Amino acid sequence: MALDDKLGVKDRTFKIVGTRPNRPDGIDKVTGRARFGADMNAPGMLTGHVLRSPHPHARIRAIDTSKAEALPGVKAVITAKDFGHVPDDMADVLDHCLAGDKVLYDGHGVAAIAAVSPAVAKQALKLIDVDYEVLPHVTDVDAAMKPDAPVIREAGGDETVPDGMSKNAMHRFEFGHGDPETGFGEADLVIERSFRTEAAHQGYIEPNACLATLAPDGQAELWCCTQGHYAVRDMCAAILGLDKGMLRVTASEIGGGFGGKTTVFIEPIALMLSKKTGRPVKMVMTRDEVFRASGPTASTSSDVKIGMTKDGTITGAFAEFRYQGGAYPGSPVEFGAMACFAPYDLKHVKTVGWDVVTNRPKQAAYRAPGAPMAAFATESVIDELCQKLGLDPVETRLKNAASEGTKSAYGPTFPQIGVKATLEAAKAHPHYAAPLGPNQGRGVATGFWFNFGGNTCVSLNVNADGTVSLTEGNPDIGGSRASMTMMAAEELGIPYDRIRTVIADTGSLGLNDVTDGSRVTFAVGLSTIKAARDAIRVMCERAAMVWGIDPDAVEWEDGHAKPAGPNAGQFPPMSLAEIAAQASNTGGPIAGHHEVNAEGAGVSFATHLVDSEVDPETGAVKTLRYTVFQDAGKAVHPSYVEGQFQGGAVQGIGWALNEEYIYGEDGKLQNAGFLDYRVPVASDLPMIDTVILEIPNPGHPYGVRGVGETSIVPPLAAIANSVSNAAGVRLTDIPMSPPKVLEAIDAAG
Amino acid sequence: MRYEAPSTLENAVALLAGESGSAHVLAGGTDLLVGMKSGFTEPDLIVDIKRIDGMHTVTQEDGGWRIGAAVPGIQLGEHDGVKADWPGVVEALELIGSTQIQGRATMAGNLCNASPAADSVPAMVAADATVRIAGPNGSRDIPVIEVATGPGQTSLAKGEIVESIFLPARPVRSGDAYLRFIPRTEMDIAVVGCGVSLTLDEGGTCTAACVALGAVAATVLLVEDAARVLIGTAVDDAALDALAAACSAAAKPIDDKRGTVAFRKKVSGVLARRAAKIALERAKG
Repeated sequence: MALDDKLGVKDRTFKIVGTRPNRPDGIDKVTGRARFGADMNAPGMLTGHVLRSPHPHARIRAIDTSKAEALPGVKAVITAKDFGHVPDDMADVLDHCLAGDKVLYDGHGVAAIAAVSPAVAKQALKLIDVDYEVLPHVTDVDAAMKPDAPVIREAGGDETVPDGMSKNAMHRFEFGHGDPETGFGEADLVIERSFRTEAAHQGYIEPNACLATLAPDGQAELWCCTQGHYAVRDMCAAILGLDKGMLRVTASEIGGGFGGKTTVFIEPIALMLSKKTGRPVKMVMTRDEVFRASGPTASTSSDVKIGMTKDGTITGAFAEFRYQGGAYPGSPVEFGAMACFAPYDLKHVKTVGWDVVTNRPKQAAYRAPGAPMAAFATESVIDELCQKLGLDPVETRLKNAASEGTKSAYGPTFPQIGVKATLEAAKAHPHYAAPLGPNQGRGVATGFWFNFGGNTCVSLNVNADGTVSLTEGNPDIGGSRASMTMMAAEELGIPYDRIRTVIADTGSLGLNDVTDGSRVTFAVGLSTIKAARDAIRVMCERAAMVWGIDPDAVEWEDGHAKPAGPNAGQFPPMSLAEIAAQASNTGGPIAGHHEVNAEGAGVSFATHLVDSEVDPETGAVKTLRYTVFQDAGKAVHPSYVEGQFQGGAVQGIGWALNEEYIYGEDGKLQNAGFLDYRVPVASDLPMIDTVILEIPNPGHPYGVRGVGETSIVPPLAAIANSVSNAAGVRLTDIPMSPPKVLEAIDAAG
Repeated sequence: MRYEAPSTLENAVALLAGESGSAHVLAGGTDLLVGMKSGFTEPDLIVDIKRIDGMHTVTQEDGGWRIGAAVPGIQLGEHDGVKADWPGVVEALELIGSTQIQGRATMAGNLCNASPAADSVPAMVAADATVRIAGPNGSRDIPVIEVATGPGQTSLAKGEIVESIFLPARPVRSGDAYLRFIPRTEMDIAVVGCGVSLTLDEGGTCTAACVALGAVAATVLLVEDAARVLIGTAVDDAALDALAAACSAAAKPIDDKRGTVAFRKKVSGVLARRAAKIALERAKG
């Protein structure tokens, strides 16, 4: 998409974009008035609850629900069988909600109950008899890859998986160019290391919740907390055999998603229970259920080999990744294998990825899915090469950095990108030169994310009083209502507080893809700007009509229509409010629209600097100082851009140091709660400093790039590098919890 | 489930003694309510002791402090007298939970919950604290260490209830401290905890010591070997090394999701050394 010459970013001076107004949802959020998933109720509502498997892997011989059904207050009991046949592409989605012939992980849904109260439901769950044939299980990715591992899916992998591999290997990916072996031959030092990362959960504070009504006439309503209510609609409609147009989904306010709320866990169940009972059904997952049966990210194992010359040139790079994404194919290994070497201009590079299944819940997206774990492995080896060759880690990355015209490790040739800018900024920052004390170490890492555009539909209505109603279809997770309002205000030339942006339900706008891929500020922003321009076109026409001149002779400036030049006629500029007030007499309501499947999202890079201190007697790690350098293209609302930088860094710190899924020998999850699944608390963290770089994205009218995901790509590696430097021993196993760090220090002696 | 809030200790004891199902005492409720919400605990009877006279008071007795069973952390944290005499005990109690939890959580509840990782218990054991228990057969006093008999298990008989905790008079030239290891900086559970109390003579030689470890056995451990190696020394580096070794040796931890045996044994010694140094500074005034 070419820049609009007249309104393009190059010469444009912004009035509102780049400022920091209050968010429109702020007061609702701080007063508790905002309605989240569990805040909706309906008359006659029932409560829905799920019976979950205590076994990590078992065949279901029989389910007897008769005793539960006989309990007074129980209105319906369902299993997967109640759904009948669903389309092939929805089979795994439904199976993850309610198991078919086998339960595939601890916590897997087996049956669901609608009852008049939680107490009745709880009692009824105990009355369901499930006859299980317990099967051998495997939860570790490397163990699952062994040829004699318990088989989770009999069909095994696809044609990309060589014969003789474990049936748990689903797919093999390969990316790159050149020949790494040739590259290693040109190197002065080649380092080969293996790494592991444990699965992390997105850790959203709001548990999944919904309220469903499915009437006998086929009309259905669903209220839920989600990152994408159109996707929920499409999945639920397919699973329940409903027409998309008959199912209206409304997104609640959302208490965090980070990719985890891009699919369904309870919504089809609630709709089916409503269908069977004829009453509204509300479901709210407990925290235990969220951990055991939603969609954490993958755990991984990898081998990395990189060669470097004495002057710091990377001559060859190879990495092999094994990601388990739970009991269903679809781990994000592909993205990891594509993203890890993207910051560099490499002659010889190859990555291999294995998608592996284990007895764990089906993974869902988590902020730059797959990339942080891969970057941890590759950026650790680059750090160690620099260390052993006596090279500066930032200079060395700069020397190898990709730039415009570089053929990326995953295929495409880069347009204008910001990787060098982030490294230059890190090099010049006082943080990089600050002295370190005893037991302290500094780490640096660079990361990449693709970003996405996608289907977007926006409507902008000009009201008779000169206010504007902007309607978009993506749940506001990181302040996007503020950013959309700002872009509309900028374009229309009216104040920020004259516009209210609402998130419409699925019946009110055309398809909007899920809030993922860091797409919203880019794609919805682009559509907002185009919708505003569409409304401006209409308003110019209306002014032309009033003035009796040609519409082409009218231009828009500072919120006013005015004659384009002296030849157009002498008329005083007419404001948006003045045009709006006359709309009924000039052709009716004024609106602008834009519908697009947006391309040109613009990749994003970040470099993170972190100082850590290690307690050599306990292995405890303290994060002392942290600075994020990231390319935002154009920061629409800098506070929310900084918030995204900080949030990604903090989630990465948690994952790097303490967050992990802990499965016992019995295949059961041992830490399904926030006590033993340790997200960082405020006192664990320093202020996360941010440096916003703005290398405009040519694909957006203002140059915007998505910023939400790139920020979690470098921290695992950056923290590992800083801890390794502080401890004097290379840490290769994430999370770097105190027992592991202490063991590594003691082993190094 | 029945909820009762008697106004006398006698009534509370009678209610608990008369219940045929599972009966639970509610003080702050910071363990009980969480257990109920998560489905671990399903009481038939809850006896709330907060309406009983004396449960909220901290009173001086024989130079020490008698602390009612319903006194929350925030009240002790603002009690200058207890803080001055037993800073380690108060600090241990204040480590539990958040500010909101501190408004409710009690030392007696922490003790009767009988978690091996309870923060206030090693500090109370090191302080040689005792517990007054009321029951159908009257009242009795026992050392803190005798209350918990295993994870979630206590020596209290049916109908018995902790009425108060007594921190004895603080000897001159003495000090106490409690440290715990957690992977985070707060809002966490001890992977290892260590309470140390020691007394010096005028020349700075340790004349009495008490060392207790938490989270490294089924109950809090009183480490007598650790006390022995401090007594008669100036609590110098050699004594501290011996203390650390004694604590590492005494720890009988398990491998679990919070830590390994090797980690807990080593950190037992590390924390003992660090806590002893703080206690020493306090003893020196």
